[in-house]
Amino acid sequence: MSEQALLQVSDLAVRYGDFVACEAINFELYAGEVLGVVGESGSGKTSLLKALSTQHVPSQGTVKYTPRDNKTLSLYQLPEAKRRHLMRSEWGVVHQNPRDGLRLNVSAGANIGERLMANGQRHYANIRQQASDWLTQVEIDVARLDDMPTTFSGGMQQRLQIARNLVTQPRLIFMDEPTGGLDVSVQARLLDLLRKLVAQYQLSVIIVTHDLAVARLLSHRLMVMQQGRVVETGLTDQVLDDPQHPYTQLLVSSVLQP
Amino acid sequence: MSDPDYNFAYLDEQTKRMIRRSLLKAVAIPGYQVPFASREMPMPYGWGTGGIQLTASLIGQYDTLKVIDQGSDDTTNAVSIRQFFRRTTGVKTTEKTTEASLIQTRHRIPETPLTAGQILIYQVPISDPLSFLEPRETEARKMHALGEYGMMHTKLYEDIAHYGAILHTYDYPVRVNDRYVMRPSPIPKFDNPKMDHMPALQVFGAGREKRIYAVPPYTSVKSLDFEDHPFEIQRWEQACALCGATDSFLDEIVVDDQGTRLFACADSDYCGSRQAAQEGES
Repeated sequence: MSEQALLQVSDLAVRYGDFVACEAINFELYAGEVLGVVGESGSGKTSLLKALSTQHVPSQGTVKYTPRDNKTLSLYQLPEAKRRHLMRSEWGVVHQNPRDGLRLNVSAGANIGERLMANGQRHYANIRQQASDWLTQVEIDVARLDDMPTTFSGGMQQRLQIARNLVTQPRLIFMDEPTGGLDVSVQARLLDLLRKLVAQYQLSVIIVTHDLAVARLLSHRLMVMQQGRVVETGLTDQVLDDPQHPYTQLLVSSVLQP
Repeated sequence: MSDPDYNFAYLDEQTKRMIRRSLLKAVAIPGYQVPFASREMPMPYGWGTGGIQLTASLIGQYDTLKVIDQGSDDTTNAVSIRQFFRRTTGVKTTEKTTEASLIQTRHRIPETPLTAGQILIYQVPISDPLSFLEPRETEARKMHALGEYGMMHTKLYEDIAHYGAILHTYDYPVRVNDRYVMRPSPIPKFDNPKMDHMPALQVFGAGREKRIYAVPPYTSVKSLDFEDHPFEIQRWEQACALCGATDSFLDEIVVDDQGTRLFACADSDYCGSRQAAQEGES
């Protein structure tokens, strides 16, 4: 395959002092691909995500990213200014708790517009137009444009967070338990929306979740983590229907059937 | 004569040197907030301790000092600071903007245009424009360093979204020399255009926040705005009731129990000298 990988991760490790959060992580992510990272709490999923999305400097290893201009960059050798610019133009981060990803003291419109303004847009009417377009895209009533996010329900806050990230048309989205804390019907609607947006905008996504059903619905490929190491990788259906590693077998058989 | 019990201008010489060093750095990097070892002054924080320390380290024997508070020479803050420096330095003080070499101000820029060689010293309560938007000081410093000021516009966006116009009327954020975003201290936005390419040196002192920053002479100072909502200053229907000025910042004063209002210049020296000139003519 001649296509350049969007993200190339080699020998990545995150350690907190003597404690190993994750190590020996190697994988590649291609454009339009959705990679699920599953594993139980404490298996190093979130530490890995933080190291990939430049929120936490890894202890070892390299992360290379190929932006739109096709010149591959090694993230942790870049100046911080450039890294942060990538973060708000080509990437998006959807946090588990929308309160971590939203600015709660400004309206929904300003939340969506913030990244546009950070990238230099200075035309109020344009910014507002894009904000209301995106609010519609994530199925929130445009009449709520000037309302505070604190008056939104949990599911709406999560969708607002997604709109806020997608407004600059990023290529790569990091999601940490995007459906955590939502009830099943709200979760189903959010998953539907995510699937639609991923297909429509050809997004590459790395999604961290402990919920195998979410992983099956959204991701093309799966990475199973245990105690900081990747124990199994493969196509989602393959891993979930025919798990090879004992830990994956345990994980799959632990899912409750209603 | 200055009070022999105090060092000239109250502060000891080493402290003045320390402040001057920070000040030189501030002038060299327009709009950048330089930390300094702010001293306790014989007055509470919030009364201009930052401005006083700057004045104390800048003032020399042959200077002429003017102190204004909200544009006026005769309000408590102005009178007591003027008295303080008269007692500790013995230098000449004045109410005339044109005669002063140093002007310490709280919340106004004089209406009479300042000239090269003059120094305008602002008292600053809160120095960082990002402080209410970004609660983490470390992150705010990083945003300044990398010039990431997109967030400043969310505040203006909110004003337009809720009220149809930018309602921010004082302490209106500016970008200095196309680099740092700066709080101009709580001056009305009416005064913002005066800061742009001002021939006088402008220095800012925040005593409690322990920061000094400056705008060198003839430096560009632009108020933040949107392309389709450009920056505008306040306007009044009335002229000043005392001197008839139509180009100055007016205070609204309630003059009796019936709610009768009078509009008069906030700048007492500007208003007074205009009245004197008019009397001379008639």
